[in-house]
Amino acid sequence: MYKIAKENLSALFRLIAESSELYLPVKTAGQVNFAAWSEEAEVALDILKSVKSPKDAFFPQSEGLYTVKREGKKMKVEPEELKNKDFVVFGMKACDVKGLEVLDNVFLADPIDTFYAARREHGTVVALACHEPEESCFCKVFGVDAANPAADVAAWMIGEDLYWNALTEKGEALTEKVKALLTDADETAVEAEKEAIHNIVEKLPYMNLSLEGWNGDALSEKFDDKLWEELYKPCLACGTCTFVCPTCQCYDIKDYDTGNSVSRYRCWDSCMYSDFTMMAHGNNRTSQMQRFRQRFMHKLVYYPANNDGMYSCVGCGRCVEKCPASLNIVKVIKAFQKQGGEK
Amino acid sequence: MQELINRAKELLENGTVARVLGWKAGDLPYNPEPAYFESAESLKDFVYNGFCGANLSKYMIEASKLEGKTLVCLKPCDTYSFNQLIKEHRVDREKAYIIGVGCKGKLDIEKIRNQGVKGIESIQGAEITDAADELKIQTIYGEKTVAYADAMLERCHVCKGKEHKIFDEEIGESKETKDGERFDEVSRIEKMSPAEKFAFFQKELSKCIRCNACRNVCPACSCRKCVFDSNKFDSSQKANVDSFEEKMFHIIRAFHVAGRCTDCGECSRVCPQGIPLHLFNRKFIKDIDELYGEYQAGDDTDSKAPLTNYTFEDAEPSIVGKRG
Repeated sequence: MYKIAKENLSALFRLIAESSELYLPVKTAGQVNFAAWSEEAEVALDILKSVKSPKDAFFPQSEGLYTVKREGKKMKVEPEELKNKDFVVFGMKACDVKGLEVLDNVFLADPIDTFYAARREHGTVVALACHEPEESCFCKVFGVDAANPAADVAAWMIGEDLYWNALTEKGEALTEKVKALLTDADETAVEAEKEAIHNIVEKLPYMNLSLEGWNGDALSEKFDDKLWEELYKPCLACGTCTFVCPTCQCYDIKDYDTGNSVSRYRCWDSCMYSDFTMMAHGNNRTSQMQRFRQRFMHKLVYYPANNDGMYSCVGCGRCVEKCPASLNIVKVIKAFQKQGGEK
Repeated sequence: MQELINRAKELLENGTVARVLGWKAGDLPYNPEPAYFESAESLKDFVYNGFCGANLSKYMIEASKLEGKTLVCLKPCDTYSFNQLIKEHRVDREKAYIIGVGCKGKLDIEKIRNQGVKGIESIQGAEITDAADELKIQTIYGEKTVAYADAMLERCHVCKGKEHKIFDEEIGESKETKDGERFDEVSRIEKMSPAEKFAFFQKELSKCIRCNACRNVCPACSCRKCVFDSNKFDSSQKANVDSFEEKMFHIIRAFHVAGRCTDCGECSRVCPQGIPLHLFNRKFIKDIDELYGEYQAGDDTDSKAPLTNYTFEDAEPSIVGKRG
């Protein structure tokens, strides 16, 4: 266990940035999102949740795949380079780290998504424990420990110091690089902080949410339930929940005509959108009820069915905070629970 | 609120309306959701408080297609949107039973959070009947007090007034919340140099994640299929490409709703990145006021709109060059 005084964090960031790209929470025009570090960046480590999750660092909202150019009578295909430089993501939270595990199960399974795999290989995650979890958090429900982020380096902001504990080889390697700025520390303060976090977590309103009945085998029972017809109604069909989510992984592939070439890119898609999974024959989900249902069925039924029971929600609560119609996964789970109770 | 619930029950039971469109209590103190109530019994979950900012006018587009009348609760500012939708033949007046509900300013949970409030357990003072000027917020980290005015949505600080522009009946008192001038911020930006303006909007719009919440919540954005949802369009709805969001999408949208936007403020309320999108619309409203004479979209249902009407006094296109 090491520590570094808060006032020396700028020096730490500068040192990391000398050899790697560095992404961390940065405040721009009043909002905090993960962005590249620079001397001018307004680093905001004291916020709990960035608006967007940090999944962009591994799975960007838009990325080029390849470009096709015309050369005389021939076509030349230029694939986009895979990530080949090391980078560090600093300040992810335990839920966001768990989100990467969800993405890994999708993108690193056969056939491997090479763009994602290259970023995972070159990325090192330094995660911060949640000093003051909030009412919209429910990570514990999905087995996440807000006090112990399972990243390459786990860190705790306590008083005027940041405590630093490498958990993986990548974490050890990063620690070696920045060792000059770190001093040895004992675990007493961190143990007290963990206990304090656990005590707060117990008080949060959503922490005892029950997932009973939600599993990979619940397909027909949940899919056919009449409740969806009621639940989706306030939904505006925007993509906020899917775009702030650390686990939503759907993307679309599109071509952009630049005038003298065609760039093929992919961009996040949202199951809330009318052209989601549009195919030659048309669309297999023609109503907003069906689109709305898809999101929750995917997180709580389909994904567990394909991943040994693991849910693809990590309880970060961003949808709880950001949905313009105040809908969210917690309300969906509770509505089914309530219905079950009344039967 | 009880008066509202009682009246809704009465109208449901005597068959005047088939359903009630209002807000349902959330599971946190600040997250009620728009909801339909079809029975007197279901109205037990009905709420109307400071967090019911959602403008229900747009939901009436779909509700107009349903069997029977829908009782809809509209705040004074929401009624402008409803009128505008009537003008555009997007809602059916005969399908709506409008209760104009009183309003004392709607709250913005982000503004509360920005004052360092976290771990919210309960909020007192947000009820429509509460006379207090402050919110008492119980949190896991202790009790906090926030002035009601400091927690209000931007639009409430420049409130268009307490009058319901259309209603079948009114329930509840409204309170004056205006403490600023609607066009002040636009005037401030107008005074910037082109480079400063560009930098200001680029910084704001670079946060855009193309979630389309602004478009989907907008009562003026009522096209059955949006041009940006066409899969034949290169820069379609969801690709987040900085230059497009920064330079095109929001400006195209503002142009499309120009002269029809009532300045209801929903775009800015729902933006997950806190982009002050209303500024574009307000700039157009200000320009229309100056070029064609004062006009408030949604003030009525039958006047001719400046951009769809021709008079000899209209500004010539050369005005663009003159104004710079």
